[in-house]
Amino acid sequence: MIGIKSFGAYIPRYRINRNTIFSAIGFLGAIPMAGEKAVANWDEDSISMATNASIDCLRGIDRSSIDGLYFATTTQPYVIRQNSTIITTALDLRDETRTSDYVACTKSGTSALLAAFDGIQSNNSHDIIVCAADCRVGKPGSPQEQHFGDGAAALLIGNSNVIATLEGSYSISCDFPDRWRSTEEKFEHAWEDRFIRDEGYARIVPRAITGLLQKCNLTIKDIAKIVYCYPYPRDYPNVAKKLGAEPSQIQDNLLAVVGDTGAAYALMMLVAAIEEAKPGDRIIVASYGNGSDAILFKVTDNINTLAKSIGVRGNLAKKKELNSYEKYVAFRNAIPVDVGMRGESVPYSALSLLWRERREILALCGSKCQKCGKPQYPQQKICVNPKCRAANQMLDYRFSDRQAKIFSYTGDYLAASVDPPNIWGLLDFDEGGRYWFDFTDCDLEEIKVGMSVELSFRRKYLDESRGIHSYFWKAVPIRS
Amino acid sequence: MAKGIRDKVAIVGMGCTRFGERWDSSGEDLLVEAFSEAVEDAGIDPQKDIQAAWYGNVFAELGLGSTAMPCAQVLKLPFIPVTRMENACATGSEALRGACYAVAADVYDICLAIGMEKLKDTGFGGLPTSGPGPKGRFTWPNMTAPGGFAQLATRYFAKYNLSPEEGKIMLAKVSAKSHYNGSLNPKAHLRRAVTVEQIMNAPIVAWPLGLFDSCGVSDGAAAAIVVSAEIAKNFRQDPVFIKALQICTTSGEELWHTEWDGTYIATTTHAAIAAYREAGVKEPRKEISMAEVHDCFSISEAIAMEDLQFSARGKVKDDIAAGRFNLDGDQPVQPDGGLKSFGHPVGATGLRMMYEMYKQLQGKAEQPERQLKNPELGLTHNLGGYPAMSVCSLFIVGH
Repeated sequence: MIGIKSFGAYIPRYRINRNTIFSAIGFLGAIPMAGEKAVANWDEDSISMATNASIDCLRGIDRSSIDGLYFATTTQPYVIRQNSTIITTALDLRDETRTSDYVACTKSGTSALLAAFDGIQSNNSHDIIVCAADCRVGKPGSPQEQHFGDGAAALLIGNSNVIATLEGSYSISCDFPDRWRSTEEKFEHAWEDRFIRDEGYARIVPRAITGLLQKCNLTIKDIAKIVYCYPYPRDYPNVAKKLGAEPSQIQDNLLAVVGDTGAAYALMMLVAAIEEAKPGDRIIVASYGNGSDAILFKVTDNINTLAKSIGVRGNLAKKKELNSYEKYVAFRNAIPVDVGMRGESVPYSALSLLWRERREILALCGSKCQKCGKPQYPQQKICVNPKCRAANQMLDYRFSDRQAKIFSYTGDYLAASVDPPNIWGLLDFDEGGRYWFDFTDCDLEEIKVGMSVELSFRRKYLDESRGIHSYFWKAVPIRS
Repeated sequence: MAKGIRDKVAIVGMGCTRFGERWDSSGEDLLVEAFSEAVEDAGIDPQKDIQAAWYGNVFAELGLGSTAMPCAQVLKLPFIPVTRMENACATGSEALRGACYAVAADVYDICLAIGMEKLKDTGFGGLPTSGPGPKGRFTWPNMTAPGGFAQLATRYFAKYNLSPEEGKIMLAKVSAKSHYNGSLNPKAHLRRAVTVEQIMNAPIVAWPLGLFDSCGVSDGAAAAIVVSAEIAKNFRQDPVFIKALQICTTSGEELWHTEWDGTYIATTTHAAIAAYREAGVKEPRKEISMAEVHDCFSISEAIAMEDLQFSARGKVKDDIAAGRFNLDGDQPVQPDGGLKSFGHPVGATGLRMMYEMYKQLQGKAEQPERQLKNPELGLTHNLGGYPAMSVCSLFIVGH
């Protein structure tokens, strides 16, 4: 049976209240939306969030059987250099993994999902990760600035031990010109919002859902949960009601707590729906963006035994309010921020070195000495243990999914950062090994020696003059 | 069996520029200033007598560029071997080490060691980022030297149950002492005495280290003329003899293994044991009359007191409080003001420290109130890198 084997999500720690945004630059065109939205930290983007959602999805799962990864976004950091392959490297997947980027459209998340199902169905792939993330920046003062939220979802697709089977799909594609952005632009343009809502969402999404139901010979009453993209809070339930659905069948739209997460939006809501589902439930998910993909799933008994991921629910519980609009626009590089001459000097990035040592850098693979068993990072040829010193007896050893404790730390005000002080320190891994890391998603006051941390994949720096996005792992406190 | 460096080499001339923000002086000017004083002090002919030279300089691209050629060109050294040394903050001492070893090996009679750093042409405060190399740019944190040494403080405070307040006061006393010493020294960069209260209230650079816990970033140069011990008295009646000379470099254990507890410097601890053995020092707390140690930060000096066995582990706070390391204390440390107050042009620092030991041993500290009474042995100590990965240099000198 083809379907979803596991799921994960990632929502950045910070949430900004939409009133904070509106009170900074509000005008008539930007009527304040209710609630808050999720905001990526300054060191996050769609690649890093998709990686972290995939890690959540792969909790307790052997990564060696995975032979595909599809990444969907509209905010891919690279136009040339495949973004999904950076994710597979970070996840330490095999080179024999089929990868693809699904971009330029907010329905690309479901497009990637359908492509994965096709890959499994044709027996060309065994297990495929579909991850979607978006980190869209609305122009300061624009409606999009309130509307867009940041986040990611990941689904593992395969044909055994599935928690939800694929029952059918129905796709519509049309060049509906509601939003656009050309390659050289930072911010999206949009046509009049009433056109987008009434001629776009309100026609296309119901058409896809109805088409799917007819194709599968089902009625709306057969569906436990309807998940659909329609980012207008007041009208949202009416779309499903017009199709005959009861309020209990309508999935919460995350708009008041996360926002519209673009290519990740449909999949994040799907993850949230699966989290609440019970065996036998049928779930429809319908995306939006130059058309719509509507997909039907049926939840299986395996849902009860799947290892717990953090998911949407867990991520929603982990949050901190960002109460400064200025910080928010600085995080998104929407205003120039002075990092001093020290911060301006970005050294060149040795990409041939990055290639040679990609497992060590992007997958955080160190060494484990076969003689004394000591894990060590970075990779060593001669064992660092003074009682061992064995030469050339090392096996690769991945640190990225292991917990550590803070050995020492500081808040460094001299290190250039858009969010000073830069907190960094040494970590001792619970299963052995020590190295120094930047810390992120934390406040200096809460950090203590001995505190447990896990690693999160983050942007390390952006070399604007050479167009290089650099990534590495940072420590994040584990908050129970 | 090798016998070490003890009493094989002597310093017969030294020079040191005023350290500071030398907006008026180029790297070339600083080299000539230190060199001229050293040559005159030794009474030698720079064209005829110097047979080989070692030039210490860390940030080549801020100074005169790479290699030893700029130094040889500026000083007009006449087609002799000149070598550029770089080993982080131990660089000046490495230059002196090269000169000492060449003389000890009986390859040359007279050698020059000179160190220079021109740091104030960066356009910003603090040291430029350096060290990680192309791989470290991908894998090192966004870190600075104060951030690294701050963690030595937090680990130390935790191990010895010092409250942040107690720890900060201990460190403030270290800096207050060095500022006072520097205020007496006409060649020092920072010449204003500050109170413990001012130090405690200064802005934080990297918690718990504040502005006054951090050393100056300075321009400057220093130089030494080194000769074999047998001929030293031909140059002057009060040469200063090298008793020990050690370099110790991290083995990787501190940062990559999990046994180091982060409350001491492994390299200094090892180097001290080796240096005391080489010099025949049994009780460093009693026998070392004075020291210039690498106080890039106040915590670095405090920890060095323990690593050098001047204070017992965990007890330096009591010695600091008792004034042991003050100019009028039992074991003066940083009599010239230290990195804290005299300044820290990296490539010159080790030689600047030696300049102070040399003058003190000769009884020639410029101001009478700075002169220590009958010092027997002086120690200089540099620490390059970070607590978790460091290089240490140690010299012991005496009559």
